[in-house]
Amino acid sequence: MKPINEAAVSFLSRSSNEGFARTAAACFAAQLDPTLEEINDIKTAVSEAVTNCIVHAYPDRLGRVSLRLRLFEDNSLEIQVKDWGVGIADVEEARRPMFTTGSAERSGMGFTIMESFMDAVKVRSRPGKGTVVTLRRKLSRRMGAAV
Amino acid sequence: MAVTCTGEGRVLRAALSGEVDHHGARAIMEELNRQIDLELPRELTIDLEGVTFMDSSGIAVLLRAWRRVGELGGSVQVVNVPAQAAKVLKTAGLDKLMKFA
Repeated sequence: MKPINEAAVSFLSRSSNEGFARTAAACFAAQLDPTLEEINDIKTAVSEAVTNCIVHAYPDRLGRVSLRLRLFEDNSLEIQVKDWGVGIADVEEARRPMFTTGSAERSGMGFTIMESFMDAVKVRSRPGKGTVVTLRRKLSRRMGAAV
Repeated sequence: MAVTCTGEGRVLRAALSGEVDHHGARAIMEELNRQIDLELPRELTIDLEGVTFMDSSGIAVLLRAWRRVGELGGSVQVVNVPAQAAKVLKTAGLDKLMKFA
């Protein structure tokens, strides 16, 4: 399936960019005239994925994070969050609720939130090479959509 | 300040505001812990009315406060929870650990 619209942004793994990333994703999704709940779900899932890059992919240095957003004809949104950091040795373990290698302000619920708020979450990772998290969400069809 | 606390007679009310994400969570946690250690509350009310966004960092903030107040023999209730934050907190089952009003 070919996307009908696409956007990409790239930014440094600074925590101040968490808000930027989720707002960018929400702005792009807005052209489908989503409900407030759909927008909030997208913002929350993107926040989790990007925070994982900032906390886990680049634990002791700044690195690059890319966010690619694609819209499809069936009103679905695909969000890809990519890093070139340390990677995840055991993806299954990382996705388990309450599992975290992060500090006190992490709850280990990031992947659980992504899975609950999106229709599909795919994780590809290679230790030492990086991680790609792909989130998919089909949005309700409403009259105000711009595409 | 993302957290404003008022307390009297071991009853503490903490009002959180703004975006509660990983970027801001540490400061909120530290201030909340400081106030808990100062007041040693039997009752902690966390007011989320001013919260405009929350991700799983908010779960960690609330869990940490709940554990600390629990160690003091106190209880925690969460009030004025916006819909977006409620969805995040309920996904983690926090509504089963503390009272949501």
